[in-house]
Amino acid sequence: MMRDLWNDRENLFHPAAATDFLAAPSLRRIQLQRLRATVERAYRNVPLTRGRMDALGMKPDDVRTLDDVRRLPFTVKTDLRDTYPYGMFASPMSEVVRLHASSGTTGKPIVVAYTQDDIDVWRNVMVRSFAAAGLGASDIIQNAYGYGLFTGGLGAHYGAEALGATVIPISGGNSERQVMVMRDFGSTAMCCTPSYFTHLIEVAESMGVVWKDIPLRAGIFGAEPWTEGMRKFIQDRTGIRAYDIYGLSEIIGPGVGIECSEQAGLHIFEDHFLLEIVDPKTDAAVPDGGEGELVLTTLSKQAMPMIRYRTHDITRVIAEPCPCGRTIRRIARIGRRSDDMFIIRGVNVFPSQVEAALLAVESTVPHYQIVLTREGGLDQMEVRVEVTADVFGDRVRELETLEAKLAKSVEHTLGIRVGVRLVEPNTIERSQGKAKRVLDKRNG
Amino acid sequence: MKLTQLSVFLENRPGRLRELCETLSGEGINITTLSLADTEKFGILRLIVKDVDRARAALGAKGFVVKTSSVLAVEVSDEPGGLARILAVAEKGGLSVEYMYAFTIKSGGRGILVFRFDDTDKAIAALQAAKVNVLSSVDLFARV
Repeated sequence: MMRDLWNDRENLFHPAAATDFLAAPSLRRIQLQRLRATVERAYRNVPLTRGRMDALGMKPDDVRTLDDVRRLPFTVKTDLRDTYPYGMFASPMSEVVRLHASSGTTGKPIVVAYTQDDIDVWRNVMVRSFAAAGLGASDIIQNAYGYGLFTGGLGAHYGAEALGATVIPISGGNSERQVMVMRDFGSTAMCCTPSYFTHLIEVAESMGVVWKDIPLRAGIFGAEPWTEGMRKFIQDRTGIRAYDIYGLSEIIGPGVGIECSEQAGLHIFEDHFLLEIVDPKTDAAVPDGGEGELVLTTLSKQAMPMIRYRTHDITRVIAEPCPCGRTIRRIARIGRRSDDMFIIRGVNVFPSQVEAALLAVESTVPHYQIVLTREGGLDQMEVRVEVTADVFGDRVRELETLEAKLAKSVEHTLGIRVGVRLVEPNTIERSQGKAKRVLDKRNG
Repeated sequence: MKLTQLSVFLENRPGRLRELCETLSGEGINITTLSLADTEKFGILRLIVKDVDRARAALGAKGFVVKTSSVLAVEVSDEPGGLARILAVAEKGGLSVEYMYAFTIKSGGRGILVFRFDDTDKAIAALQAAKVNVLSSVDLFARV
């Protein structure tokens, strides 16, 4: 039922996307020039970076090749907390035109800054992101990422406007209004987190929306890890194409990378972001194809250059050329983060494994949360799954069967016993539309 | 003959049933009868109301998961053996009772029970053939 399949190679080529197709030597040359300028700028203006480079006996001039980036010190999230709020800025406030901040669920948020040039770069990578997903000037883009300090809303907004599309700046929340607007305004694309969209699917269907009768054809979903199972659920259910977009505030916001029409890995906008894969334990370089932590260096950012930022996102480089023709390289979709792994009874578990196990059970629902507790010194894991009209009936037996099937599937995947609890819709905590997948109550 | 029953998923959480009742009372909807099936972790509330569509919409808007299913309102003599007779009819017809519960209303020495059979159409035929009165929703709500 995939309708109106369009292809970004044919009629929707956006001029801004030209850089996606640069010949590799030109691209590497641009990267090196920009890397040298970025390191110079950071060394000159950011005491933390200068101090660390001095400690290694490094000067900006020591960066002569792209591989020399591996000799530079890493930057980690706590560096941004420690220098809160403005300590990592490399531009005077007179040149900073915008601040954003992370949601800061624990303690102080992280503050990020943009000069006008930074905003222009951000807009450029977002235009290229939308173009890669096959969107163009005739699209009506409903932007349900939160507007405000969160980078998602404004990042997508500027990009969609510059694309020439019609933007509906609806921001997050109020699901019934989202569905009403989607239907009445004829939105052709939706921007939000994948977990929020799966929630909108339920709301829309309860409001009588028939997917093939509305023009929605694409979703630009990001800001949280999700799985192929979730993509299949969304696409099979609604007939739209679900694209994974990647980004993080510390680097620029959304628009660091996105999937093209092949939906086989995310192209990173390498002219603005230098990517490395490192072993998260040893920090050693991981060769192309090997899995490891994504480390990013900004190549154009002025207000807040980031040198070797540890993303904690686990992925690998897909070195093979993409059939879409883009020369900027791809990374595999990010299903897990090195810091969202938890250990229960000696077993390493990633939430994405649990998600895949839940989605493997027929007709199940993708709203879930893992709750870890300790009872009598023994770790317990419970998976809470929101009940929807699809799986609910009037018989107790059906729900008990579903619980048992879900538990079995998760146990089969992880090799440990887990409890499954069915809960009411919308009872699982969400922040900025991002689902909170793990609630660890074991300490305290 | 079929009666539409609403079933609502309920977490075992304080105040949840009250919120449901308040949602309905806020809409001026009276619960004619109900039954709560519960397990250790969750419950299913089954409701008979006159205005099914409005009740469903009101509950849906409050975030409850609501499903409808077909049940039968069956007149049962309020005397020893009354229910046994109905069950014998069902058994003979090869039907199984998924669950049942009662109305508080009575008329002329007869009680009314709500039955959920595995096969509603077959149950109507079997009961009517045995001269058991299966009430239509019009008849039922006329007595409420």
